[in-house]
Amino acid sequence: MNAIELEDVWKFYGDFPALRKLDLAVPEGACLALLGRNGAGKTTLLRVLAGLMRAGRGSVRVLGADPRNPEVRARLGVLGHGVALYDDLSAFENLALFARLYGLEDASRRARQWLEKVGLGASAGSLVREFSRGMRQRLAIARAFLHDPELLLLDEPFTALDDRAADTLQELLREALARRRTIVLSTHHLKEALERATHAALLVHGRLAFFGERSRRMLEDPGWLYREFGEAA
Amino acid sequence: MTAPVQTGTGTRLRRAAAGPASFLRATLAIAAKDLRSEFRTKEALNASLAFSVVILLLFSFAFDPTVEQTRALAGGLLWLVFAFAGALILNRSFARELPNDCLDALVASPVPAPALYLGKTLGNWVLLMLVELASLAVFGIFYNAAWTRRLGALVGVVALGTWALSVVGTLFSALTVNLRLRELMLPLLVYPVLIPVLLGAIQLSGPLAMGEPLAEEAGAWLRLLVGFDVIFTALALALSESALVG
Repeated sequence: MNAIELEDVWKFYGDFPALRKLDLAVPEGACLALLGRNGAGKTTLLRVLAGLMRAGRGSVRVLGADPRNPEVRARLGVLGHGVALYDDLSAFENLALFARLYGLEDASRRARQWLEKVGLGASAGSLVREFSRGMRQRLAIARAFLHDPELLLLDEPFTALDDRAADTLQELLREALARRRTIVLSTHHLKEALERATHAALLVHGRLAFFGERSRRMLEDPGWLYREFGEAA
Repeated sequence: MTAPVQTGTGTRLRRAAAGPASFLRATLAIAAKDLRSEFRTKEALNASLAFSVVILLLFSFAFDPTVEQTRALAGGLLWLVFAFAGALILNRSFARELPNDCLDALVASPVPAPALYLGKTLGNWVLLMLVELASLAVFGIFYNAAWTRRLGALVGVVALGTWALSVVGTLFSALTVNLRLRELMLPLLVYPVLIPVLLGAIQLSGPLAMGEPLAEEAGAWLRLLVGFDVIFTALALALSESALVG
């Protein structure tokens, strides 16, 4: 079964088509490296998949249903450009809030577990505004993972992460893939993304220039995809 | 990494059952989050309260109204203050979600858009009521008004009018949150819609704020307030998904 199915998907900003006629099927348990230069449409595609905006045309199915279906959203984990944390709440309050919003019955216990897991147990009661950048990033990672999502949508997740936060995220992604979670990861870091990916997709000016299983050639020469398909679309 | 968290397909997380109870839980969680955040910073509360007190004091000093004049203008003055002070709180409602892209995390969560909207509305209503009750106390002192004599009825009318202000204001706050001139746009959009409810609230609050009974025709104004609240709450809940996701 496919975790993501797009059929003839278009997204317009005014008259400008940010996504053009996308057809894509990502199988469950896959790790898709979503590649493309700035402005290619990666973030727009991830926002459509996360239900943060609607496609202008076409069919979007995520985990078998419309992404705005609350039952689908309960199974999605989203990590965007912002950390999506409230500066005026403590680390514990932030995680407990999202655990409640995701309908977890043991929200407080779950929040404390994840604070320990990302190494912030000692700072549970501190306000997020007092956190360093690295601490905020680790807390944001915990927020995205705490409800054990079946599909993770990660927009440039390694950008500007410090070493500790990057290690935390690497470990969590390894665990998620081992449990056959589906991951869509947009990135500029070709080599790192392709090492983890089972599939790769390349967006060029909003069009899907390439989609397929990751090959040995991509690993040996990460720039090959861009050279081969980058200007073709 | 320290303590591992038990997850995985074999140990699926327990989730609360969906339905009215989970809708209510999400609504209250959003409202509690907004109130906790506001009580910590007091950004909107302080601004709104200061504005209310200053307007009431300035008006009192500027016109030094007699009891008769106060009786004539009490309702209008109070709701003018409530409406403008309310805009300061309503403007912050969704603007609070902009730093760190918090609104995206809320919209991406499984919380239904109506629950998210209702939670925000409830939080705004509580904050507005606090400012309004404080303003009534200031009004009582500086205008020598016996506003506590019919406190129950007065609070009831203020609560109904404030719910209308919160319902309409929160919806437009969501729609204008990404506009550069949202502080200007929100009052321009909200006040015309609120004209009927402001008229009703002014008619009902005036005598009650002076400790006097309501006139016979008050029933019609009360029905207008209740009707407005019911209709606009239903309308706003129906439009909330479009307002938040577009």
